[in-house]
Amino acid sequence: MQTFFAFLIPGLFTGAAYSIAASGLVLTYTTTRVFNIAHGAFGMVLSFVFWDLTVRQGMPTLLAIFLVLFVVAPLIGFIMQRLITRGLGNAPVSVSLVVTVGLFVGLIGFAQQRWPESRIEVDAPRFVAPFWQGFADGDGVPGWQIPGVETTVTGHQLITIICSIAVAAALFVLLNRTRIGTAMRASVDNPDLLRLFGGKPDNAAALAWMIGMSLAGLAGILLVSALGLSYFDLTLLVINAYAAAMVGRLKSLPMTFVGAMGVGVFESLLVGYSTDSELLSTIRPAIVPIFLFAVIVLAPQAQLRIGQVKGMVSAPVPSVPRMGVTAVVTLLVAAVYIARADDVSLLRLGTAATYAIVMLSLVLLTGYGGHVSLGQLSFAGVGALTYAQLGDFNLYGLLVATLVAAGVGALVALSVLRLTGLYLALATLAFAVIMEKVVFKNDTIGFGSGGALEVGRLSVPGYEFTSTGAYVFMMVVFFVVIAMGVLVVRRGVIGRMLIAMRDSPAACGTLGLDMRWFRVGLFAASAGIAGLAGALVAGLRGLIGEADFIFFNSLPLLLLAVAFGVTSVTGAALGGIGLMLLPVLQAESFTEFGLDVPLGGVMFMIIGLSAVLAARDPNGLANYLFRAGRWVEKRLRARLEAGLPQLTTADGAVDGPTDGPVDHTPAGDTHAHTHAPDGVVLVTQEVSDRVAARG
Amino acid sequence: MSLLEVDDVVVQFGGVTAVNHASFEAEAGRITGLIGPNGAGKTTCFNVISGLQRPTKGAVRFNGKAVTRAPVHRRSRMGMGRTFQRLEAFGSLSVRDNVRVALDIHRGFRGIVRTPGQQRAEIDGLLERVGIASYADDRADSIPTGTARLLELARCLAGSPKLLLLDEPSSGLDETETDDFGDLLKDLAAEGMGILMVEHDMDLVMNVCDTIRVLDFGEVIAIGDPGMIRSDPKVQKAYLGYSDADDDAPGSSGPGVTVGKHVDEAATLVIPALTKEGSA
Amino acid sequence: MSVPILEVCDLTAAYGRIEVLRGVNLSVPKGAVMALLGPNGAGKSTLVQCIAGQKEHTGGDIHLAGVNVHRAAPEDLARIGLCTVPEGRSVFPNLTVEENLQLMSYAGVPAGAVLETAFTYFPRLLERRKQLAGTMSGGEQQMLAMSRALASDPALLLLDELSMGLAPLIVEELYDTVARIAESGVSILCIEQFARTALRVSDYAAVMTGGRVVASGEPAEILETMSDVILGGAA
Repeated sequence: MQTFFAFLIPGLFTGAAYSIAASGLVLTYTTTRVFNIAHGAFGMVLSFVFWDLTVRQGMPTLLAIFLVLFVVAPLIGFIMQRLITRGLGNAPVSVSLVVTVGLFVGLIGFAQQRWPESRIEVDAPRFVAPFWQGFADGDGVPGWQIPGVETTVTGHQLITIICSIAVAAALFVLLNRTRIGTAMRASVDNPDLLRLFGGKPDNAAALAWMIGMSLAGLAGILLVSALGLSYFDLTLLVINAYAAAMVGRLKSLPMTFVGAMGVGVFESLLVGYSTDSELLSTIRPAIVPIFLFAVIVLAPQAQLRIGQVKGMVSAPVPSVPRMGVTAVVTLLVAAVYIARADDVSLLRLGTAATYAIVMLSLVLLTGYGGHVSLGQLSFAGVGALTYAQLGDFNLYGLLVATLVAAGVGALVALSVLRLTGLYLALATLAFAVIMEKVVFKNDTIGFGSGGALEVGRLSVPGYEFTSTGAYVFMMVVFFVVIAMGVLVVRRGVIGRMLIAMRDSPAACGTLGLDMRWFRVGLFAASAGIAGLAGALVAGLRGLIGEADFIFFNSLPLLLLAVAFGVTSVTGAALGGIGLMLLPVLQAESFTEFGLDVPLGGVMFMIIGLSAVLAARDPNGLANYLFRAGRWVEKRLRARLEAGLPQLTTADGAVDGPTDGPVDHTPAGDTHAHTHAPDGVVLVTQEVSDRVAARG
Repeated sequence: MSLLEVDDVVVQFGGVTAVNHASFEAEAGRITGLIGPNGAGKTTCFNVISGLQRPTKGAVRFNGKAVTRAPVHRRSRMGMGRTFQRLEAFGSLSVRDNVRVALDIHRGFRGIVRTPGQQRAEIDGLLERVGIASYADDRADSIPTGTARLLELARCLAGSPKLLLLDEPSSGLDETETDDFGDLLKDLAAEGMGILMVEHDMDLVMNVCDTIRVLDFGEVIAIGDPGMIRSDPKVQKAYLGYSDADDDAPGSSGPGVTVGKHVDEAATLVIPALTKEGSA
Repeated sequence: MSVPILEVCDLTAAYGRIEVLRGVNLSVPKGAVMALLGPNGAGKSTLVQCIAGQKEHTGGDIHLAGVNVHRAAPEDLARIGLCTVPEGRSVFPNLTVEENLQLMSYAGVPAGAVLETAFTYFPRLLERRKQLAGTMSGGEQQMLAMSRALASDPALLLLDELSMGLAPLIVEELYDTVARIAESGVSILCIEQFARTALRVSDYAAVMTGGRVVASGEPAEILETMSDVILGGAA
């Protein structure tokens, strides 16, 4: 019983901190419909600010707390709402989620840049002391011993628990007893009606973000003494908050508090009692993600919505001849490059090909299907693990690796068959963390803790890819073949159905399509492609380990895929190269002009920012490339035609506008014709003439 | 046995009753009109029948089988097709591809054996039939509302349904188009298809429907052929707020209410907040 | 004659490429009650949205008390005396009756006064002040919505399809309230699909079809032409 209390008290402490973080998350989500994946990252940055102010600059603690919670955090929240998340609530989840993932990665980059780990400051240790250390009964151990049970409560723990109660009470009063709080709840119901009442939903949203940021900061500051100043630990704390928020179904604050306390206590008890049980200690690091996964799976089924936001993507689909030519050219360029490249460059190209193949899996899943996966690299890890464990380094081994990854993908999709959008994305996140913490680290079935497995080069009957050049060329061939496969799918029956499902799930249902099994298939195919990429990169490296597939790396992968264009194969290729270059650039520093700026954090910041901007146009950078290409083509053709007056016009007219991506403009946009290619303007004109004629 | 039987269906949202013990049938080969004032629960009824909304109480039977708990796609496979009041066309696909998707879904794996030529002819035949063949290559989000409704109809017909549920199919059509549409419905019914239609255009309803059911306040208040419905006092009351049977002549003020024209003491608008943007 | 409280000149508006309003002309004199009737899809609700500032028009002008309001936000219009009760249940279903009433004070009247007016007119709301608005009957929700029109003391009141989905008897009661509001000098534009009840309380009436006002005049004249439009010409 006494040990029980010894575990319960720390559990209540962490639960209280989680509840503060989770209530901020729920508040912003309910008032603005934007699920802030970066909530924890904001908490991390704010606790770094707090450390900077107190430890580095010697500001009194109370003043620093006041500055962080009541000036810096609300300011950030206000700016976020006004500049970034405004209007995002009505966007598809694949947009709003990617924006906050972009913030997530960007903030980590910012922290690494602003407060680099490598910088050692003698008078500023990277440590924040717990609050109220004077709270002691003088027995040498900090804190008061609770009479009757052999356990102590520290002043810091007490402060945290009191803070959580105060936050709960303050939020209750705000939401139920004040007009602006009532308006916040009203803007959840119906923001348009609130405006007719004379209220301003934008102000309510800004206030929600300001409070949300303060609460993220408070949770961070309270936990930083226990967790240490770590970029990732503090950020991932948010997974606990997600779990708590899910208990409250993302809307009930009281249930969120219950959930947070439950998570804290449960985690603490499990840590305490798990020392005797092998199974328990295996799953212990993943207990919160498993809990999150379970809560999501048990969430109620969402009914098909009618009249929802339509899909906005027009994926570029090249014609078959163009596809063939591009494939051959790509292979030729790759062959020439490989023939002249040194080993380092070859490895880089191989890595780029791997990432590009994983991004192809995202083209299928996110670009065409509209589902967001926050753990795509974990499927690659499953492929690599299977390939390594199997030990058959040939086409059979690749096939098995692909199929096992596909099977795992199907399993994940199956368990969340009823879910879509945000819930599905969070389930993939939970899955990725579980894989990282439990499976990949496992000594028998995984890579082993901190370990790695040896993998041989691929051999096909009659040939063995022993030289790195040949192996990398084979990887490029795989990329090209899969890319063509993805495009063929897009052009065919399944591609049309995917677009149809994204545009109107309700219509697909009433036309007789069972979308759930379709989704399982889509996830399986996408996971299979990622798994193949994992197996290939394992063969390239020769040694593959758990560190290659940590959960966090899936996020920059998703972001770059979106930034470069998640709807096109070109985007995947560019994204693969970009992601490969990331650590290369990261290792270098900007040393001109007497400055010495490490580029690592800067890169993360750039990615995060570009994703924040690019997410609104899922066709990404690739789209600009296509546009430029069309423009050049048009110019050249015009010049050619000037030279040869008659002959080429007939076939020239067909090719131009149909190949590249066509800008989609929602039906509500009255200025639609200004963005559309010339052909559409004509149609528009025709339509409006027809409408007008009808009178 | 009727093709479709809606039996004592109740739908409540929160505490509000949208459909209140509604019972009606639709027969094969006949056109049934479902009419009623705005908010009478017609679209909710459609959602219950097609499976997008689970009823609080009551049952739906289709072709003799209970389908109350069957998922949307299974009902469609049993032969139910529907269109939507708020358009649900696949906006980023062309009109032709909209129908092609419907055919693909309907055929499943069997569709693979058909040649592209055959399929294209079939699609164009369907577009021709509903009269929108000239839009075949346009993107579905760029066509007028009326055309998009006809496209939804063509998409349904691709599945050769036994029952068509049409939710305000004629809104957005002009008079000639509406007449053509009425003829098309009669043809479809003559081929044996059952049609249940929610419609506001009374000319069309009176013209094509074999039976009309009037829904008001979530309840079926009248059933009959067009002539009977038109002279039913309950229907007139629901629609006009009075019936021919009432003595009260139209136009006179009701008892006990005086209507003043208060020009003088009218409240005044306070303008300053507006003028800065007003002249733009 | 004084400046009309609402004047709509040649107003056009569109959803995408589909024109919904094709040159609407309408004028509501100060202190008058005008009924705007017409079939489904005539563009009535779009007109209300344009006047309330919820939808941007593509052409023409809207004058409120002689001032051209272009691009004014709905919340600003609401704060200077335009009260719009939109189509459907215009209450917040997950807030209590009291909280709904509290939000009405954004229009300028203190919350206490709003509560008092509402409870005086509709004692039933007093009984249910702690109840969630969404769990009340349709008629009670519409009473709550009307409380805003009553208590916020607007200069112009826009009522869109007040009778939607309500039993005739309740509609009668609601229009009694409308008449009472009109007596206090508020100008009213009420939009209805098929309601003679609306004509009963109005001074003028207009009919809209196909995005235009096709007829206007005294309620009695309008009613005669209307019954044809509604139940089919062959009646």
